Amino acid sequence: MSLPARVTTLVIAFLAVVAGGIFVSLHFIGAQPPTENYTPYASGGEVNVTMMTTAQSTVGQKPDWVTYFIQNPATKQWVHTTYFAVPENTTVNMTILGYDGCTPLRNPVWGRVTGTAGSVENVSYFNGKTYSAPVNISTFNTYANCSVQHTFSIPGLGVSVPIASVTTLQENNNLCGTSPCDTANGDANSPHTVVKFSFKTPNGSGNYTWQCFIPCGLGYVDGNGGPMATLGYMMGQLEVQA
Amino acid sequence: MAAETPAAPETGAHGLPNGGGRRDGVWLAVLWVILSVICCLIVYFVWGPHLPPGDASSSAASQQFDIKVLGVIATPVVVGVLLYFGWALTFWRQKAGDETDAPPIHGNPKLAATWITVTGATVLCLAAFGTYELIVPAGAGAGEGPQPIWKPAGTVTASDTSWAPGGKNILQVQVIGQQWAWTYRYPQFGGFETTQLELPVNEPVQFNVTSLDVIHSFWVYQLGVKADANPGVNNVAYTTPTSTGSITVRCDELCGIWHGAMYDYGKVVTASQFMTWAHSTETQLASVTKLLPTYALTYDPTTIANLGKVNTELGLTGAGGGYYNPADPEQP
Repeated sequence: MSLPARVTTLVIAFLAVVAGGIFVSLHFIGAQPPTENYTPYASGGEVNVTMMTTAQSTVGQKPDWVTYFIQNPATKQWVHTTYFAVPENTTVNMTILGYDGCTPLRNPVWGRVTGTAGSVENVSYFNGKTYSAPVNISTFNTYANCSVQHTFSIPGLGVSVPIASVTTLQENNNLCGTSPCDTANGDANSPHTVVKFSFKTPNGSGNYTWQCFIPCGLGYVDGNGGPMATLGYMMGQLEVQA
Repeated sequence: MAAETPAAPETGAHGLPNGGGRRDGVWLAVLWVILSVICCLIVYFVWGPHLPPGDASSSAASQQFDIKVLGVIATPVVVGVLLYFGWALTFWRQKAGDETDAPPIHGNPKLAATWITVTGATVLCLAAFGTYELIVPAGAGAGEGPQPIWKPAGTVTASDTSWAPGGKNILQVQVIGQQWAWTYRYPQFGGFETTQLELPVNEPVQFNVTSLDVIHSFWVYQLGVKADANPGVNNVAYTTPTSTGSITVRCDELCGIWHGAMYDYGKVVTASQFMTWAHSTETQLASVTKLLPTYALTYDPTTIANLGKVNTELGLTGAGGGYYNPADPEQP
């Protein structure tokens, strides 16, 4: 092989390795779930955001992982992501449909609702047939009762909301089995809760991480791995846009 | 060395030596002493007060003093190296057309002995100084493990259930790490737990640091406090805040994907402001405080008291009364 051919081969091989490295970095390491942008849908200083929890994530490669979904504000379709954007200085009216069963809190201090309007969450329970009358709850005792499934907590904003769960054995045994739990999957009428609360976004742009404080990665050491340690499942990012 | 150069020194245009020799050594020594004194004074009195981590607590001030002392000791070395470097560049330049070798360097036992003695003594003095500085400020703000031997002078743990400013009873603050947030428990105020760290100024504080899951590290930058938070272990650290203001708490141990987001801000306030805050927070959090486990130095979240009732109600038997299924292959 001539010298130019050898040099060309070496350069091509080098570039191939570099390109491979860049591809791996961007595709796997730098990948993150899509962001649902609610900012264009804000009106009168308020914006409505709808999310869902499910006991599984049958839309992804980890079907046995618990996960959150966020509703696309335009299409109303459920998107498997935990990233969303809202405007600054705005009241965010959250609605979380809780389709997962109960799990005790690791630290009961997270059983207290903080950072929301009135420091309460409004909960309605659906037993598979009827909705209960909505009630305001400020603190859950997760050790004495089967009462929460996850938390929606934004430490940077002082917001922490335990997501109420269905409470009976029958309801927990009849949870939705295909995610997202919507009419298309025929699971919208499975037992679930409807949790509503509001919080205010700060002035100025910024990114705030949010997460679940219940270690719900069952099958992993102390529940810390799996969905608890993977973007797009039990952790996400709130982008406040100026 | 220049002192062993056999050639006689020459004098340049400004009367300074330009060819090496004993006169170079004298000039260098005189300049080195003068510059070292000036630079040491600048390092200690001008730069020193701005060195991290500041002087907002007894431990931070102690650490800053240590860094100032180390800086003063290192300054003559730095000055000597730079001075010799500059001198060589300026006066010992090779002349045009001169391609002869420099004179050979021979060993100098006296110089070697002096060098070894001085540097050895310096290192030994620093070791003694470092040990003293670790003991005297009650561990220098570092975690001392579950049974600390260096405690703030004059303090006692007289009561785990009450505290008042000005007494010898030390204020206890339990620091609990969890992926990815810090919470703080005040056993002497009903055992309330909060995400807000608030401390009184000029009052000794005992941090009891632990974790509920993986290893974290409790780092209060402005107070010069850093202690690992290990699950199942109580790691004790002491400090006395000496000025009011905001403090930053960070996790200093890589603890998971959002380790970088595990930080918050606290406050050092006057004793009266602290008492007002503590009593009001105790009242405000009463509803959740009664749900907390009894105050202890460590907690085992894998076994939860009263969970059996929930398990029975739900017919769950796999967890064996614990939080997680012991049959999980990943479970230690």
